[in-house]
Amino acid sequence: MADSNEPIVRFINVQKSYDGEILVVKNLNLDIARGEFLTMLGPSGSGKTTCLMMLAGFEPATNGDITLNGKPINNVPPHKRGIGMVFQNYALFPHMTVAENLSFPLEVRRMGKDEIESRVTRALEMVRLPEMAGRRPGQLSGGQQQRVAVARALVFDPDLVLMDEPLGALDKNPREEMQYEIKHIHESLGVSVVYVTHDQSEALTMSNRIAVFNDGIVQQLSTPDALYERPENAFVAQFIGENNRLMGTVKEVNGESCTIEVDGGGAVIALAVNIAGKGERTTLSLRPERVTINPPEGSVPNVFEGTVEELIYLGDHIRARVNVCGHDDFIVKVPNASGHAALKEKTKVKVGWEFEDCRALDA
Amino acid sequence: MKSFLKLTSLAVAGLFAASAAQADTLTIVSWGGAYTKSQIEAYHKPYIKKTGVTINSEDYSGGLAEVKAQVEAGNVTWDLIDLELSDVVRGCDEGLLEELPLDGLPPAPDGTPAAKDFLPGTLHECGIATIIWSTIYAYDKTKFPNGGPQTMADFFDTKKFPGKRAMRKGPKPNLEFALMGDGVPADKVYEVLSTPAGVDRAFAMLDKIRADVLWWEAGAQPPQMLADGEVAMATAYNGRIFNAVATENMPFEIVWDGQVWDLDLWSIPKGSKNKAAAIEFIKYSTDTQRLADQAAWISYGPARASSIPLIGKHAEAGVEMGPQMPTAPENFKNALQNDCEWWADHQDELNERFAAWLAK
Amino acid sequence: MADIPANQATLTTADGVPLKTKLRQTQRRMKMRALGLVLPLLAFIAVTFIWPIGLMVYRGVDNPVFSEVMPNTNAALARWDTQADEIPPEDIVAIVARDLAQARRDKTMGRVATRMNYDLPGSRSLITSSARKLAKIEGDVVWTEEMVKIDKRWGERKTWMAMRLASERYTMAFYMAALDRTFDEDGNITMQPEERQIYVTLFLRTVWVSLLITVLCILLAYPISYLMATLPLRTSNLLMVMVLLPFWTSLLVRTTSWIVLLQKQGVLNDILVFIGVFSDEGRIRMIYNMTGTVIAMTHILLPFMVLPLYSVMKTISPSYVRAARSLGATPARAFWKIYFPQSVPGIGAGSILVFILAVGYYITPALVGGESGQLISNFIAFHMQKSLNWSLAAALGGILLGGVLALYWIYNKLVGIDNMKMG
Repeated sequence: MADSNEPIVRFINVQKSYDGEILVVKNLNLDIARGEFLTMLGPSGSGKTTCLMMLAGFEPATNGDITLNGKPINNVPPHKRGIGMVFQNYALFPHMTVAENLSFPLEVRRMGKDEIESRVTRALEMVRLPEMAGRRPGQLSGGQQQRVAVARALVFDPDLVLMDEPLGALDKNPREEMQYEIKHIHESLGVSVVYVTHDQSEALTMSNRIAVFNDGIVQQLSTPDALYERPENAFVAQFIGENNRLMGTVKEVNGESCTIEVDGGGAVIALAVNIAGKGERTTLSLRPERVTINPPEGSVPNVFEGTVEELIYLGDHIRARVNVCGHDDFIVKVPNASGHAALKEKTKVKVGWEFEDCRALDA
Repeated sequence: MKSFLKLTSLAVAGLFAASAAQADTLTIVSWGGAYTKSQIEAYHKPYIKKTGVTINSEDYSGGLAEVKAQVEAGNVTWDLIDLELSDVVRGCDEGLLEELPLDGLPPAPDGTPAAKDFLPGTLHECGIATIIWSTIYAYDKTKFPNGGPQTMADFFDTKKFPGKRAMRKGPKPNLEFALMGDGVPADKVYEVLSTPAGVDRAFAMLDKIRADVLWWEAGAQPPQMLADGEVAMATAYNGRIFNAVATENMPFEIVWDGQVWDLDLWSIPKGSKNKAAAIEFIKYSTDTQRLADQAAWISYGPARASSIPLIGKHAEAGVEMGPQMPTAPENFKNALQNDCEWWADHQDELNERFAAWLAK
Repeated sequence: MADIPANQATLTTADGVPLKTKLRQTQRRMKMRALGLVLPLLAFIAVTFIWPIGLMVYRGVDNPVFSEVMPNTNAALARWDTQADEIPPEDIVAIVARDLAQARRDKTMGRVATRMNYDLPGSRSLITSSARKLAKIEGDVVWTEEMVKIDKRWGERKTWMAMRLASERYTMAFYMAALDRTFDEDGNITMQPEERQIYVTLFLRTVWVSLLITVLCILLAYPISYLMATLPLRTSNLLMVMVLLPFWTSLLVRTTSWIVLLQKQGVLNDILVFIGVFSDEGRIRMIYNMTGTVIAMTHILLPFMVLPLYSVMKTISPSYVRAARSLGATPARAFWKIYFPQSVPGIGAGSILVFILAVGYYITPALVGGESGQLISNFIAFHMQKSLNWSLAAALGGILLGGVLALYWIYNKLVGIDNMKMG
């Protein structure tokens, strides 16, 4: 086995085009650490699934190298890569029983009968389905099928498991249940997982690191909290979590803070994260829960007056849509805590926020 | 149950003939091609001119199947049909054909009554003969530059006259040919064939040339197979070969030795709605002149003795037709009349035996 | 939910009718409406399918000739003690002779003669000539003597046994004949003489050829269907049009174009002679024999294999094979263990379709089969159109139908008809 500090997978300058005109994956450089749960997150068509397929060996890379355990695998066929994979629609073989599905990768590897039997039993116990061994996939519920698919991908002890939107077909409850289950299996087995999804909450729940894909490029590769707290560009800020966008022009830069002239009027002091320089356009990103209603005088640098346009009661919090600085889609999440500000529609209100909560990003 | 059967047969018959006959329309059914043309030119056209009756001419491919279907369904749409003698005998026995009055037929120009003027065996209680046709064999002259076959025995001699042969796919009249080819004189053929040993002898003779035989089913095939060069000689209906020679200048030669001749007759399906009109047409078309006229269009011999001297030249090719007839004296030396009674007795058995022989 | 005590008063609707009765009424109305919707189709199938087929099977055993034409003969011959008497006694012969004479006067003895001739070759003229002569005899005579005087075959047991069997109202003779069997002088079933045995060979040949065609269709259709199911839609549509194009062309046109291609002076032979594979004399025979039948029928029936296969393969997600590959299976193993088993229902449906169509095919073997490529259907047609032995044709058809049903039953036992997918 290779050095445990070495990345299990490396994408080195990988490019992919299907038609010779458009690059689906533009220039991917990505290291996946051993034992890591890495999620590729992005909207459909962002290139994340293509990357997974290249890693699994079902699509050849047009340019660049992919290494597995330090060895280039561009010319290794899928069945020799030893990578487990869970598919979006489970891809359980419908003409075989659950046990037969699980023993398939073991038979292919010419394992002994007893060994196969004990491994299948263990795998089924892992996913808590030991009594389903004799059933056909068609007789199982969606969540059960999914668990069998996970068990099958793990039964031959691969170093690496790929999961292509495995929970996409499940309803909300089994879906959340499965998220935890997969996370626990990952933690207990120590296997590396590359997980593809377009669902950000799934990504945030499960991953060690998340690579946000858009337009064939990894926009940001961070831990879930960093991704949410410190988005590095406007796409990531917008894609992960809820976000208020204010467009404006850079007026002044003071080290890590800067002053932005917002298009609707008003100057905002913001954290300079990703701006081109004075006089250039920028997008301000501000999480709705970081905005305070009627902040105490002088407590925050940015205070503006706005009009409450709409209130939506959501139980644990109240969403207020406020017209601020000429943006009428400015959202404020008011926690439903005791003594919270009582708002009325069509009334004037003051909103304020800290400068480091407001990130000046690319236009 | 019987009415059930009738209903199904009705549906079958409906497929074959949809048009309902009208009183002043005769539906006359014949074999198509040059043969129907000769009938239209010699019979239909002058008859229409004379009487004003409309004639609806239809084609069929022989046999009694359609007649049986129509009669069983009780919906007879054919008024007059040109049948082979064997089918007339059989159809008459099975009650599929009307009986015809023989006394109304016109006498010969010299006053000989019809019954005497018609050649022996050409009048039947259910059919009036019009022509005598013959199954002969013909060869391609270009394949035999040093002289072609002359006798039926030569047809079965693949050493002296090598090359493929085409024969009709069926026992009739191949068994007769085989025996004549084996030296049995024409007048003894059916006598020999009536014994099991005779049938075996005929099949043994066919065995000898089997590897060289291609089989045909429709009358148009043998001249085509000769023309394509697929075979060197072929059994065929004499009229087909004559047409290929006269109108298409094919280098074919007919061997008349051992010819098996047969008759075509007019018959009326049982239950025809226009029986009287059909009988009138039969009387007209079988007079001496009409039969002689037909011979100007096709090389089949008229069934009346008095017609033979009146035969002239071919209407289009200008060939003298007299010597082309199966009944011309020099062609008729070793000729055998197809014995339809014998075939009626033995065809079921021999068809099966022939099919089994072919499948071996 | 609370338990309802068994002895509780029955539930009723608002207008007092017991709820169960009302429910039954409503459901019956719905059933009647559903039945009304399918009734025209059921009637159509009954009239155009079930009834004619039943009629065909019936016609194979129906034997009405004697009972209609010679009504007293059957009963009379049934009284004949075949163990004791070599030929029937005089009183029975007298009844038969009078029946024959009457048939002659009615002009119906031809039907009897034809019927007799099926069982006893050569007896046709015996019946017709005997009937003619018997009709002229008047007064009391010893009929046996008279008949033997007319033809000595009336003195033979064979003739009378044949008539006894032929006169039965219902007969197995046609089904026997369709299996190359016949009745001997003592009424036992025996094989036909060897030189007349043809139908069993033909049935076996038909089954064999149909199986061969089915296998060829599978081999040809499988790759093309696989390609169509995996290619992008636009390309696969083009392929589909190419598969269906011959489907839309007249059967006769397709068959005759095979003649043009395959005959001795045909395109293929010309090309092979031209490129020197063999000389002009060595042209090979590819049509008017079994080869021609198999080639042309495989071509004609190919779409019936491609369509069910394609529609089944279309539903097999590519992720199955990918999953198998990711689990370590080689491409060949992934295909055999994962893809192929899932395409088997398509093969089953296509095979049943092709086999059943091939078993009954008639035009193509008639045109390109020559003498060795004829199938049982061509002989059914022969007996329908030429020999007019409709009863034998019905018996042959009945056996063919039985064979197909048996095959269907076996298929259902082995594969299960529910597993058959047409798309």
